[in-house]
Amino acid sequence: MTDTLVAFDEVLERYDPALGLEVHVELNTATKMFCGCPTEFGAAPNTQVCPTCLGLPGAMPVVNGKAVEAAIRIGLALNCQIAEWCRFARKNYFYPDMPKNFQTSQYDEPIAFDGYLDVEVEGETFRVGIERAHMEEDTGKATHVGGATGRIHGADHSLIDYNRAGIPLIEIVTKPIVGAGEKAPLVAKAYVAAIRDIILALGVSDAKMEQGSMRCDVNLSLAPKGTERLGTRTETKNVNSLRSVERAVRFEMGRHAGVLDAGGSILQETRHFHEDTATTSPGRPKSDAEDYRYFPEPDLVPVAPSREWVEELRATLPEPPSERRARLQADWGYTDLEMRDVVNAGAVELIEETIAAGAAPQAARKWWLSEISRRANEAGVDLADAGVTPAQVAEVQRLVEEKTINDKLARQVFDGLFAGEGSPTDIIAARGLALVSDDGPLIAAIEEALAAQPDIADKIRGGNHAAAGAIIGAVMKATRGQADAARVRELILERLG
Amino acid sequence: MSWIYKTAAEQAAALAAGEVTSVELTQAHLDQIAKVDEQVHAFLYVDTEGALAQAAESDSRRAAGRPLHELDGVPVAVKDVLTTTGLPTTCGSKMLEGWIPPYDATVVARLKDAGLPILGKTNMDEFAMGSSTENSAYGPTRNPWDLDRIPGGSGGGSAAAVAAYEAPLALGTDTGGSIRQPGHVTGTVGVKPTYGSVSRYGLVALANSLDQVGPVTRTVLDSALLQELIGGHDPKDSTSVQAPVRGLVEAARAGASGDLIGVRVGVITELGRQGDEESGWSEGVMGVFDDAVEQLRKLGAEVVEVSCPSFVHAMAAYYLILPAECSSNLAKFDAMRYGLRVTPEGNPSAEDVMKATRDAGFGDEVKRRIIIGTYALSSGYYDAYYGQAQKIRTLIIEDFTKAFEQVDVLVSPTAPTTAFRIGEKADDPLAMYLNDLATIPANLAGVPGISVPAGTAADDGLPVGVQFLAPVLEDARLYRVGAALEAAVGDVLGRDKLDHRLGLTEENK
Repeated sequence: MTDTLVAFDEVLERYDPALGLEVHVELNTATKMFCGCPTEFGAAPNTQVCPTCLGLPGAMPVVNGKAVEAAIRIGLALNCQIAEWCRFARKNYFYPDMPKNFQTSQYDEPIAFDGYLDVEVEGETFRVGIERAHMEEDTGKATHVGGATGRIHGADHSLIDYNRAGIPLIEIVTKPIVGAGEKAPLVAKAYVAAIRDIILALGVSDAKMEQGSMRCDVNLSLAPKGTERLGTRTETKNVNSLRSVERAVRFEMGRHAGVLDAGGSILQETRHFHEDTATTSPGRPKSDAEDYRYFPEPDLVPVAPSREWVEELRATLPEPPSERRARLQADWGYTDLEMRDVVNAGAVELIEETIAAGAAPQAARKWWLSEISRRANEAGVDLADAGVTPAQVAEVQRLVEEKTINDKLARQVFDGLFAGEGSPTDIIAARGLALVSDDGPLIAAIEEALAAQPDIADKIRGGNHAAAGAIIGAVMKATRGQADAARVRELILERLG
Repeated sequence: MSWIYKTAAEQAAALAAGEVTSVELTQAHLDQIAKVDEQVHAFLYVDTEGALAQAAESDSRRAAGRPLHELDGVPVAVKDVLTTTGLPTTCGSKMLEGWIPPYDATVVARLKDAGLPILGKTNMDEFAMGSSTENSAYGPTRNPWDLDRIPGGSGGGSAAAVAAYEAPLALGTDTGGSIRQPGHVTGTVGVKPTYGSVSRYGLVALANSLDQVGPVTRTVLDSALLQELIGGHDPKDSTSVQAPVRGLVEAARAGASGDLIGVRVGVITELGRQGDEESGWSEGVMGVFDDAVEQLRKLGAEVVEVSCPSFVHAMAAYYLILPAECSSNLAKFDAMRYGLRVTPEGNPSAEDVMKATRDAGFGDEVKRRIIIGTYALSSGYYDAYYGQAQKIRTLIIEDFTKAFEQVDVLVSPTAPTTAFRIGEKADDPLAMYLNDLATIPANLAGVPGISVPAGTAADDGLPVGVQFLAPVLEDARLYRVGAALEAAVGDVLGRDKLDHRLGLTEENK
């Protein structure tokens, strides 16, 4: 089946897109949502399980207080109301990766509701309404073996790892996002990025989309331009990178328009996103009106966070990432472009700590985005994991400013730091990298160079100060780079000027 | 006389006095099981070796002067709906045939921690759905007083085991009367404690908001001893209450030796002769009930009539809430991780295996309730059925609240009739459901209830129980009033009659 796609600009001539985004965040609590099993990623299959998360007969759930705390903090960070009283509910459906064949979730009584998040797209601020943020448990992870698609359909057999079953999830659901027009794909991406920033700032999840600890479902519908009513939506599941969020919206806009232009109607269904082609394909139809038969979970008592506790948690909220960025940019005097590079490199915190350790903002930026970024890229690691600490960077910069070393020697110091040779001072001593600070050896080297190149000496005497470069070069070579070039120039000109 | 005819309290005292060992006691009960259980079929599994090993350990502790509990060494039977490490737990269903749980229910762990040898697992209606134990996939249990009759249900196995002296103590579970109604028809004492006062962790849920574990014994005092042992907060059960369970034994002792002066007892208008004609309150039951009320008056109680008008809707509400919860609870039986697996011919999908397994593994009554519950929770029907049922539940709670403003305890017959014949109501689910008419309101409201043997029916000579109900967390009141009635009526049932019916003579018992 081939989809007829309408070009993006053309879609916008005839239709208004409406978005709805559902983001699932796996919390980084030490234990699962309803039992004491550990949550560490990567353990051998089915080793982090117990009667409760395996759904054994007779086992009962107990709510993880830390997960409730994280849910409330997320709700507050998204400007939500926090329920004074709410319950868990059972969402009933059969699926082999779900031990109880119901998911313990929240239905009409979410812990957090009615909030918003402002996101910036190309200098314009969009307010995205938050419908709700609720708590639920993750399912097990099924691996389907033998089929062409890796999906359950067509597979020979399936392996199920219940380590993931019961890991706490927070699902954040937006209200319909309308009026974004041509910026819809960018708004979607910016929103998910902003959610990720907030989650990271709160420290409640590592929010790694590629590892599945943050997952996004993209709902999209088109309505003929100017009509108020929303069109039929599709839900594209598990769109697992920021770029994919943008591309999924773009693709579905084109596909919907193709169907609608041809006089067809959109089938309300879930769709799968394909990273390689940036296309979607049909999943299960939602038209048979999945009836989850929600009802309040009778094995749990209501969650009723006291207002005092909610206010205590509000006081723990970090500065909103967007405000913090604006403040830091102003403090540091970076241009928009410089700040964008710093953010994209994931260097905001590193630079902040480097500046706190005494380095000037521009110097801190320079080291992290050049010397250290290059090495981190080569090693294929994040900046934060590159093996250099902000304190060390500040020390290198201080040594440069004190003329113990110059920029060129500083690069050798970084070599030493990457190789784990100790502190910058240790490396300078061990590698003999300090600049020659005594004029005596420098004068001797200058005399030698002038004697070797009398014609250059004459040019300098004749007032051609630029010619001093050749002598400086010779002195640097003789001192193996450990001379302060500016001091050498001064000494040459003192002698010949 | 064999030790088995003693009460649990007497057996405990004999152990403490060194008059008997736990191994002797346990062996005596195992012998009785061997003699009578072929007829009674109270047990689905007897753990001879395990029970004797636990008894030997108990004797070592006694010898060392370190018993774990007053009941250390007194054997106990456990309803097969409670998980037991290393012992099969089937819930009376083919679905769980051969399943050995890897963990103990909290109440089972408490029995073990107190040193009570576990004799085995008792028969029950499949997943506790029924009032006769006829719905067990492993065959019915028979009433020791008349082997052609039902022992009640769902916990007919525990009640029959205790009635037939196969065990001095047993655990049951009560969702709509599954402890009290079997108590009534087998002449035993059964208590449904306050909801949340005994842990449900490890109780394979029928209806989570109604289920409660409780004691099944031959005397009120024995029930008090057992409830104090198994009760109390459990962090693994979120619905478990923080309030400690105490004063039950004290109340039972006080009741047995005292009077009921100053105690206000309310006869529930809607449960008994004045109630619904169709409910079929038998003359035999009502006769014993009237005598019991007269006894209470003689003991000094102030008896008044109290109306609980919403109780007439309790049955309807119950048969929506229970199926709704159980339809979800039983979804986990899907052949993926444990229990029965039926693999259809060809190249079946996981869904095909689930369907075939559930078709083969569940009995008719279980399927009936899953279908009703699924329907009641469905989109478009939820408000009309499940929602309305919850409102009735609220009204019933209000009825209890108002009633307990007037009286200290409520009293009613435990069930409309004495034990009926096996097969008599098997094809008529509604007739079967009516057995629980009087017991269901307590489950809907979470209040505690006790059934105490009060005599035998004039027409058929079968045991009849009287039910007392008390406010939430006032279980002690049940024990005081129950023990007083028990003491007043005396041994009306007669053990000799039972022995005769079981074919036991002076020679072979």
